[in-house]
Amino acid sequence: MIFPSPKLKKMTAVLKTLKEIYMLNFKTSLKKTALSLATGSLMLGMTMSAPATAKTFEPQQVTDMLHLVLESDRTIYTKKVVKRLANKHKVIKATESFEDDKSLPLPAQMFRFGSEAVADKTDKFSYSLLSLWPINKQNKPATELEKKGLEYINANKGKNFYGEETLGGKKYFTAVYADVAVATPCVGCHNNHKDTPKKDFKMGDVMGGVVIRIPLQ
Amino acid sequence: MSRNILFWLLWLIGTIAIGGYLTTTMFYNGDRSSLLIGKTTSGHHQIELSCNTCHGNGFTDGDTIQKACLSCHENELKVANDSHPIKKFRDPRNAARLEQLNAMKCVTCHTEHKPELVSSMGMGVTIPKDFCFKCHADIGKDRPQTHKDLNFEGCASSGCHNYHDNRALYERFLEKHAKEPEMKLTQLINNLNYEKLSEEYGGLKRGTPLSPADANAPKEHINEKLLDTWHDDAHAKNGVNCSSCHQPKEEKQAWIQKPDASVCASCHKEENKSFLAGKHGMRLVPNMLQSKADPFGLFKEKKLSPMRPELARLPMKQSAHGTELTCNSCHSVGKSNHKFNIQKAKVQACLSCHDDDHSKAYLTSPHHDLWQKELKGELPKGSGVTCATCHMPRIAVEDKYENEVLIINHNQNDNLRPNEKMIRSACSSCHGLRFSIDSLADPNLIKKNFHGRSVFKIESIDWVLKRSSKPEENK
Repeated sequence: MIFPSPKLKKMTAVLKTLKEIYMLNFKTSLKKTALSLATGSLMLGMTMSAPATAKTFEPQQVTDMLHLVLESDRTIYTKKVVKRLANKHKVIKATESFEDDKSLPLPAQMFRFGSEAVADKTDKFSYSLLSLWPINKQNKPATELEKKGLEYINANKGKNFYGEETLGGKKYFTAVYADVAVATPCVGCHNNHKDTPKKDFKMGDVMGGVVIRIPLQ
Repeated sequence: MSRNILFWLLWLIGTIAIGGYLTTTMFYNGDRSSLLIGKTTSGHHQIELSCNTCHGNGFTDGDTIQKACLSCHENELKVANDSHPIKKFRDPRNAARLEQLNAMKCVTCHTEHKPELVSSMGMGVTIPKDFCFKCHADIGKDRPQTHKDLNFEGCASSGCHNYHDNRALYERFLEKHAKEPEMKLTQLINNLNYEKLSEEYGGLKRGTPLSPADANAPKEHINEKLLDTWHDDAHAKNGVNCSSCHQPKEEKQAWIQKPDASVCASCHKEENKSFLAGKHGMRLVPNMLQSKADPFGLFKEKKLSPMRPELARLPMKQSAHGTELTCNSCHSVGKSNHKFNIQKAKVQACLSCHDDDHSKAYLTSPHHDLWQKELKGELPKGSGVTCATCHMPRIAVEDKYENEVLIINHNQNDNLRPNEKMIRSACSSCHGLRFSIDSLADPNLIKKNFHGRSVFKIESIDWVLKRSSKPEENK
């Protein structure tokens, strides 16, 4: 009788292990294939049978929602921070050069900083605060649609403006919302600023507009 | 073999050889100066042979170059409260403007290898003359009282505006400091109580003072002079022992006879960071490579050498040629001496290399007189004005957690160009704003190291006062 040499024994063991690994992999891959097929058909079924559950939003719904957030935050900053601390309690001022003055940023700056921070993170949407009577002339309408939109919200109180425009070869959905004087500092500051083109703003007036854009391609 | 074939063969071999040599030089190692397509600006000439620093692997797109610009300059723009940050232009409403002037890319205005574009504004990089026009063409209409019919070439060169850094030029700042006298009542440099404040703001950690008996170096490395000078200096007084620098990693580490800048940097982080950002240290930034390793092991990676005076474009003393610029060049007093002389680094170290008119005139300037009086005890500490007072001022910077830390800014370029940047960190300690702006506008006065008075009068403050007393009619 021939005894298997230790070398042969070792080889057989290696082969056995290899076979096991192969079988295991085969089994796993079979399992994987079955699982992915099942998931695939399930997803297909879901899409086909229940299209209503795959909810997509219209650009207008998105800009409306974004505007709600922007407007609420802006109003709260103006009333609860600036008006309360600067105008009511007079413990701190709100000034344009807030770093040097150790004061609060103006509400318009606060809004712009947020918009610039967003622009640094995404190009899925963008927003800005513009006016037909801007203190900073860079905030006057720069596109035809911006001008049309600002004029529309000013003439039609309570209504928003929606449109499409092509900028830099890209198509955008553009929404314009009225920015209304909600607190006395808004009116006071704008009427008295040396660079203001309009000095007769009253509470509740449309002072400018929030423009939100979503690229359509 | 016919002569024709022989010539063709020679031509082929020659082409391959020259092509191979040039390619190798460009990507790995060799004399790259022949590849420079034009003189580089004074801002970048020190690193001009480290091509990869800006151009990446050599076939990179504009984005790589933009990233390279930002890798060195992003932070200073943030600190300068950049008036035209890139993020301001990301909004698609600026598309039409960007078509005229691509404000998203540094190279739109600051071009390299085109010496003919370097303007007379004395900047370290190229700047177009009338670019403001592209977006601010209406300024004459908006500010008829002050800006009507003004030439757009003068916006930035008149001492009024700067595209990025307006910290000492913006309107409210001018208004606030308009009435300041030429000389302020108290004339002491900013952030004088540096040591106290740096602790307070979480700067250097300070240990218990050490006596000569505490020195923990092996005996063979100790001698009396070393011990005396060490014990008498800031390091021993703040608990920094021999091993802290000579065996910084662990006790059993091999003794480092000459610790390099990286050892200093382990405590003096912000100083090192600012040193690497300026012309003295920029060649030592980690990715500045003189040669790159290749896949076949023919070339090894080699960093640029430290700066030497003979590489500078400003006049330098012949006697200083060959000196390499590291921490010790200015701070070390001499061999076997562990006292780090801070007075030497204020003037003497600078003047041992710099040989231009401004530097030479310092010794006869009013600023130098003040320093001498301070040293003699005739004036209080902080009254003297040295080279370092203006060129390496004590400033507050933010650490990575946005906490304020006071440092000595070792980037001597930081407040130089345009020189209005010096107003806040240096001039304003003692001088009024109007006096400072006028003085910095006079190149001859600068040459004479401020001995005399400016012949220039910058109108910006008057315009601001005019505007605030009588608002402009703008529509």
